[in-house]
Amino acid sequence: MSTSEIAMTTTLTADGAGRATLLSIRSVAKCFGKNVVLRDISLDVAEGEFLTVLGESGSGKTTLLRIIAGFETASAGEVWMGEERLDRQPPYRRRVNTVFQHYALFPHLTVEQNVAYGLRVAKRPEAEIASRVAEALAKVRMSAHAKSKPAKISGGQQQRIALARALVNRPRLLLLDEPLSALDANLRRQMQVELKSLQREVGISFIFVTHDQEEAMVMSDRIALLRSGELEQVATPREIYGRPATAYAAQFIGHTNLLKGEVRGGIVRCGSLTWPAALPDGPALFSLRPENIRLVADNSAKDGGVRVRGRVLQQAFHGATELIRADCGDGLVLVVRTPGSGGTLNEVELEFNSADAVLVRESPERI
Amino acid sequence: MPPLAWVTVFLLMPYLLMFCYSFWSVSESQTIVHSWSLANYGQLLRVDVYWQTLLRSMWIAGRVTIFSLVLGYPLAYFLSFYAGKKKDLLYQLVIIPLWVSYLVRAYAWKTILGSDGVLNTLLQYVHLTKHPLEFLLYSPFAVVLTLTHIYTPFAFLPIYAALEHIPRNLVEGSHDLGATPGQTFWKVIFPLSIPGVVAGATFAFVLSLGDFLAPLLLGGPSGIMISNIVVSLFGAAYNWPLGAAISFCMLLLVVSLLFFSERLEKKWSFS
Repeated sequence: MSTSEIAMTTTLTADGAGRATLLSIRSVAKCFGKNVVLRDISLDVAEGEFLTVLGESGSGKTTLLRIIAGFETASAGEVWMGEERLDRQPPYRRRVNTVFQHYALFPHLTVEQNVAYGLRVAKRPEAEIASRVAEALAKVRMSAHAKSKPAKISGGQQQRIALARALVNRPRLLLLDEPLSALDANLRRQMQVELKSLQREVGISFIFVTHDQEEAMVMSDRIALLRSGELEQVATPREIYGRPATAYAAQFIGHTNLLKGEVRGGIVRCGSLTWPAALPDGPALFSLRPENIRLVADNSAKDGGVRVRGRVLQQAFHGATELIRADCGDGLVLVVRTPGSGGTLNEVELEFNSADAVLVRESPERI
Repeated sequence: MPPLAWVTVFLLMPYLLMFCYSFWSVSESQTIVHSWSLANYGQLLRVDVYWQTLLRSMWIAGRVTIFSLVLGYPLAYFLSFYAGKKKDLLYQLVIIPLWVSYLVRAYAWKTILGSDGVLNTLLQYVHLTKHPLEFLLYSPFAVVLTLTHIYTPFAFLPIYAALEHIPRNLVEGSHDLGATPGQTFWKVIFPLSIPGVVAGATFAFVLSLGDFLAPLLLGGPSGIMISNIVVSLFGAAYNWPLGAAISFCMLLLVVSLLFFSERLEKKWSFS
């Protein structure tokens, strides 16, 4: 590892602060005929950052990636990389490489020739190609399969080769289009860890596209949540989970209780619940995570939390935790995640801190 | 079972019969003598006209193959990669000539190439030539031209199919890795289309090698091909045994060609 790479690794651990912007997406929009796929997307990606574009299928996440790679042209807006306008260059001039969803390995070339492809077309000297290819294959632990054809190796191995083939060119930015979606659950978890540590090691910015919120949480420095072609929220996993900006973000990332309340005179009223909040009068929507609600003994002293009694509708044991659905009257049903309740319950006394009820914006329906 | 019976009765038996004929001979009184000898095969090697015509036929078929590929490949490539919405229409346009009778197409060339034909009239009209160009018709040139016209779609079709089967993300992958469109063509698209090229070349070569109508109608004396000799041996000359011997040699040639092209196609397919 060179000194610059070490320096990058150290900044990486510093929670993303103070890094230079590498890629700048400015007001990008895309329509296919009358179908608007992306609307006014603006997003910056920092040097060495692992950014995940998270969204359901049809949210436009792959289109956004293809615009950055150069396989689609934006209908409006600009993409900049440093001082360079990226979106006017053909894909083969961009210092961006892609790991495709189905890997797109060349079937007529061996693993080694696949990895060497980018260096060969760039007409690097053969000695350099050989050493860089060997290094890249070693990095993804595929040296033993150098002479195999892609059809002869497993999906997980193809995945690694696709990664090596992209990284060997030392791009400034690596795009990954749902690269783990074709793998089975176990291999997937293993690859998530590998991919993340590889990214730390090489210090290249990654833009990772996925529909899997768990994957996004595990791997990313920041998550850009995309919904129907618009950015819903861009934040670190902790922030987006703890402080979701919209009802959609709260529901898409993790589970949540959405509480529709009414604020009057600094007091929120939601069914039988009330708590103080410094908010203007009017309707308000709150997200309350199930794990932020506690079960309390009937006779315990109140410690400043919001309390409510509920009748248990459903109790599901998950091992480390237990999910309880409780009817708290007035149409209010709360989902609670507790560390083991000790047995079957009928009535429960629930408590949460008012600070954990996070004000969120409504997510209006979009076509 | 029925397919096997079908092949046996209508394909293998006639071939076997032909194989037997190739060892027999014709008597003075024009009857087939069922005595076994290699005389017919000996005659093929001894008499110049037979093997020379066979070589000329292969030379004609070879040229037809090359021209069909040179025309068919760019057409298939354009249709597959750049035709966009017009793809289906253009594809139909390539296919339509196959629906037109072979004879009509051959006669059309006769009309175009003849000494009072469209081409010669035009050339004289614009004063490029003073007299009709004689080599246009009744020449190997006319045969190659006509056969190329007729068999280009046969070369086109497998190439087009091969190109259509190339996953487009491989092309994107190549561009993504920094390869220009030209590099992408030579390093990815062309290698992956080789099975189609081999199949197309085989079609064009085998079909034109065995053709007898184009040389009959447009070849003249210098454009005779091996099949014309076979036809006349089985017809007017009434020498079925010699005709059968030539046919068997051609069959052997074609079958070994198919065998090699099959091997080549297998070697270059990866799906």
